Amino acid sequence: MAWTIYLSFAGALVEALLPKGKNELARWLALAVAGAALILALTGFVSGMGQGRVVLADAAWVPSMGIHYLLAADGISRVLVLLTGIAAVAGVLFSWNIELRTNQFFAFYFALIGGVFGVFLSFDFFLLFTFYEIAIVPKYFLIAIWGSTRRGYGAMKLALYSFVGSAMVLIGLLAAYTASGSHSTALVDLARAGLPVHMQMWLFPLVFVGFAILAGMWPFHTWAPTGHVAAPTAASMLLAGVVMKLGAYGCLRAGMGLFPHGLDPWGFSFLGLGSWRDVFAVLAVIGIVYGALVALAQSDFKFVIGYSSVSHMGFVLLGLMTLNQIGLDGAVLQMFSHGVIAGLLFAIVGRIVYERTHTRQLAELETMHLARRLPFAAWAFVIAGIASMGLPGFSGFIAELQVLVGAWHANPWWTAAAGVGIVVGVAYTWRALQKAFFTDAVPTAHELESEQAHGFAPITWPEMAGVALLGISTIVVGLYPRILLDSIEPAVKALLAGGMQ
Amino acid sequence: MLMQDVGAFHPEFVDLSTSTAAQWLWLIPAVPIVASGIIALLRQPRRKPAAALAIGSLGCSLLIALYAFAHVVSNWASGITTREVVNFTWMQTGASTVDLGWVLDPLSAVMMVMVCLVGLLIFIYSVGYMEHDENFTRFFCFLSLFAGAMLGVVIANSLLLLFMCWELVGLTSYLLIGFWYHKPSAAAAAKKAFLTTRVGDIFFLLGIVWLFNATGTLLFYNHGSGSMEGLALANLLTQHAGLGLSAAGAIALLIFAGAVGKSGQLPLHVWLPDAMEGPTPVSALIHAATMVAAGVYLVARVYPLMAAGAPLSSVGAMAGTTAPLIVVTWIGSATAVFAALIAIAQNDIKRILAYSTVSQLGYMMAGLGLGGVAVGLFHLITHAFFKALLFMGAGSVIHGCHEEQDVRRMGGLWPVMPVTFATYAIGMLALCGFPIFFSGFWSKDAILEAAHQSGFIKGPYYLLAFGALLTAFYMTRQVSYVFFGKWRGHGHAHESPKVMTAPLAILAFFAIALGIIGTPAWPWFHAFLDGHAAAIDLHAFAEADFLKLLGTSAVIVFLGLGLGWALYGNKSPAAEEPDALEKATPWLWAGLRDRLYVDEFYSATFIVFYAWWARVADWFDRCVWGGIVALVTWLFRLWAQLNRWIDNEWVDGGFDKTCDELSSGGGLLARVQNGRVQIYLRVLAVAVVALAVILIWSSRS
Repeated sequence: MAWTIYLSFAGALVEALLPKGKNELARWLALAVAGAALILALTGFVSGMGQGRVVLADAAWVPSMGIHYLLAADGISRVLVLLTGIAAVAGVLFSWNIELRTNQFFAFYFALIGGVFGVFLSFDFFLLFTFYEIAIVPKYFLIAIWGSTRRGYGAMKLALYSFVGSAMVLIGLLAAYTASGSHSTALVDLARAGLPVHMQMWLFPLVFVGFAILAGMWPFHTWAPTGHVAAPTAASMLLAGVVMKLGAYGCLRAGMGLFPHGLDPWGFSFLGLGSWRDVFAVLAVIGIVYGALVALAQSDFKFVIGYSSVSHMGFVLLGLMTLNQIGLDGAVLQMFSHGVIAGLLFAIVGRIVYERTHTRQLAELETMHLARRLPFAAWAFVIAGIASMGLPGFSGFIAELQVLVGAWHANPWWTAAAGVGIVVGVAYTWRALQKAFFTDAVPTAHELESEQAHGFAPITWPEMAGVALLGISTIVVGLYPRILLDSIEPAVKALLAGGMQ
Repeated sequence: MLMQDVGAFHPEFVDLSTSTAAQWLWLIPAVPIVASGIIALLRQPRRKPAAALAIGSLGCSLLIALYAFAHVVSNWASGITTREVVNFTWMQTGASTVDLGWVLDPLSAVMMVMVCLVGLLIFIYSVGYMEHDENFTRFFCFLSLFAGAMLGVVIANSLLLLFMCWELVGLTSYLLIGFWYHKPSAAAAAKKAFLTTRVGDIFFLLGIVWLFNATGTLLFYNHGSGSMEGLALANLLTQHAGLGLSAAGAIALLIFAGAVGKSGQLPLHVWLPDAMEGPTPVSALIHAATMVAAGVYLVARVYPLMAAGAPLSSVGAMAGTTAPLIVVTWIGSATAVFAALIAIAQNDIKRILAYSTVSQLGYMMAGLGLGGVAVGLFHLITHAFFKALLFMGAGSVIHGCHEEQDVRRMGGLWPVMPVTFATYAIGMLALCGFPIFFSGFWSKDAILEAAHQSGFIKGPYYLLAFGALLTAFYMTRQVSYVFFGKWRGHGHAHESPKVMTAPLAILAFFAIALGIIGTPAWPWFHAFLDGHAAAIDLHAFAEADFLKLLGTSAVIVFLGLGLGWALYGNKSPAAEEPDALEKATPWLWAGLRDRLYVDEFYSATFIVFYAWWARVADWFDRCVWGGIVALVTWLFRLWAQLNRWIDNEWVDGGFDKTCDELSSGGGLLARVQNGRVQIYLRVLAVAVVALAVILIWSSRS
């Protein structure tokens, strides 16, 4: 499984060294690398079933500080590595049409993927932080060079937000390392160190927020929509699909895993909030409803999806804050589910539709009668849309149901408020669907003529393959959730036993 | 206990005590779903295999359902328990397991036979109706998927499985309403249907979450540990949920909200009339016979929860005594009258039937609330047959009149379409509740009787009786417009092919015959559902109460028929001419025609409200959060400029000054070194002279 990391970085290197102009070669090479990574992730996932945490590599890295190159995988890691593998293949398929500096595009792409694999497999805080930083840099270039709408702004905003979060995490890392006195930065050792409660009380929110910025927690979410919109299709798929999961994963693994007492009650209550747990749960619920409402008011198709990510990631954070088995299971499952579904939505909007219509304004798409002219896109969006709004049979349903059940245990009002978000979620998805594909206007004869004159390019095989890959993933998990839950559950149980209650 | 464990944890080892019928029950929904999958893979033009697969699969389901039904009936007749369940674990998180399963009991048995039978007839009819549609195969793919999902709702023994099939039903309904999505109104109607029912579903989902948290299971029946069984219910009754409700009551109301959405009850009825944009067989199957009845079925399924805490009487739980049942009763009765009023002023043949459906669903709800499961469900079954008949008859009329749907542009059709007319008339009389000969009379009478006997609330009885009058009135108006008077349409109308009229005849037979199993003299249906023995007692016909009620309801029906005939019978007003009722009371007519402005009300309130909030949140994101980001950026820039200034002026100042002085010193020297040879020579000469002078001077001393 560790080979997913090396393979990605090797892929990045080879792509960078490819001579210019060999675009076709660069594409096939990228597909081969991503496919191999997916197969590695899948075999790792399958062989890891029923096992607990497995150490993959352990070597002293900076012995003077006790930093180890420690890679390991538990059920949560394996699920997220699998997600990254799926997203990587789909991203390559939907980048098939990149003609500008193709090899460099894929070089940055695989550098990002390698960093993401690294984060999910690191069990040393310092190593995790290193991979986390590695993942940020290529994102900037992918957006700034290959992006669209206000790409400079979007890329810079994303990079700055990420680095602010990193800075907070770094402070937390150093403080925990110093205070523990254990001369090791391994997550296990730091967790075992038993930091004093008062210290955890300020370290927890610091590290949690540091990571949650990247998970799109309200009100630190504004990088997400602009970043998603500015990014090229594959990058926005990865951004929503796996990069936001980096944040959520960090929240769970580092924030909650290392400083569980930071979730304890304060002993007083302010505005009805009695602990950091209440604070973040309320922020998560606000994110769910607020993201959905803002998505309802967008005129740009891609902004709708961008804000829907904020809303769906709110479920992940809410699941984390339930602090019970079912809620946390749901949170991890939602990470997978949202990764797949958001990827599919961005692919349809950014690649299949935008590359043909050259507009993302819903008002302009309304005049194009896409249901008739691009039936494949319309059907794919219907499926992705119903998956996104959490209909049974798709992964989102199981994940959100578990989060809701867990949240009910903790506080029924959170569940009720999140329910409002689900209703608005149906509204914005259907509004976008209706406006973009099934329009009210009857075409005039003139419009029909011009349609025939300027037909859209037919749907290509990489597009179909990508849609099929993501669509099948969400349906398989939706029908047989145990395929992932059997891995997630013991890992979550171990985390809970490790201090969180 | 042991057997239950085996059944619960090892799905492959089904509890051996259950019968073959129960073990293989899952085939009933599975066969149509598999068929739909195969049809989806067929190429578009392959019409015959598609139709054959769909019809064949549902035929198989019908046979299995009949076998299961016969099994339950024979068990019941010999006094053995009539409820069998098969459960299995779907997923497990921590201590809690989520089980799914199916149940074979009188309720599910009756319902599955009805769904299969009506569905099968509608499938056959569709072959004729959709003959010229280019997406014929896709249509049958959706129909099969719908039938499978609906049967899944019926056999589910778990609220979660029921909910999943429920959503699948909603989805296929969306796909079928929007089947002609090139028609903008169809796409809009599909969206509206989906959104509106989803609003109810969210409450339903909250109810599921609550129930799961409170009882730890979502199974209905599980040998004593299911959520609809005594232990769990007693537990729920002790928990308080505020507003004077127990947890049982609150959960029941949340689940009922889901039923309100699906069954088009007030205030979520707005989607159902618009759903008539779908092809007519769809309207018959989904929006008359099965899906909209799913809400009623749901209430019947969770009836123990609805009635939890009510005093028990000889006929099961005493109805109308718990808060949820009172709510169900009032909403049902109000819907019954409200929709019947609107139906009077509609001119689209299918829209009239749509409002009539909403109204009849109200009767079923009221029947559940007042009289219990059997009363509500009997009307559900009879209504499914005669309303499917009416819709398919309407489809036949539309087909025969070249896709005309406005009743004012029809007329005088009865000699042209004799089979359609005869069957339509039977359906219409059944719907009106014409005494003795039609099933609708017996089922509606049972509801009225329950309402009359209810010691708690009298209002619903008067509402329902008034609704019956309105029903007879608007149906007479419709039939007069369509079949009597002079032909006012374009072209020539024609009778429909046999493949369409044969199902009509079969449905018409059931619209009459079904009454036999539910009369007061032989209440077989009620006894079967309630699980006690049925006996024939002809004296029941002679009881004073029954005769009084029979008289009242006959008077109401004849009054409605008579009024309708007096106003509309055999007249053929031109399409542009105002309606007879419009001339009398224009203000009332306008209100009814515009559906009492409910849609407008929603547009002006909820939709505006949400749009407003969405815009506020969007503004907040752009201006406030965006503003903060911009402000922070600006502050950092300012700070940077300040630093630059300090750097330039102060920190670098010393360095720069030194450099400046050095360079100015250099400049002075550079002025000397300006490249002019004469000056160099002159300087050289002066220097030599000066040197000489110095040397001479020094040597002298």
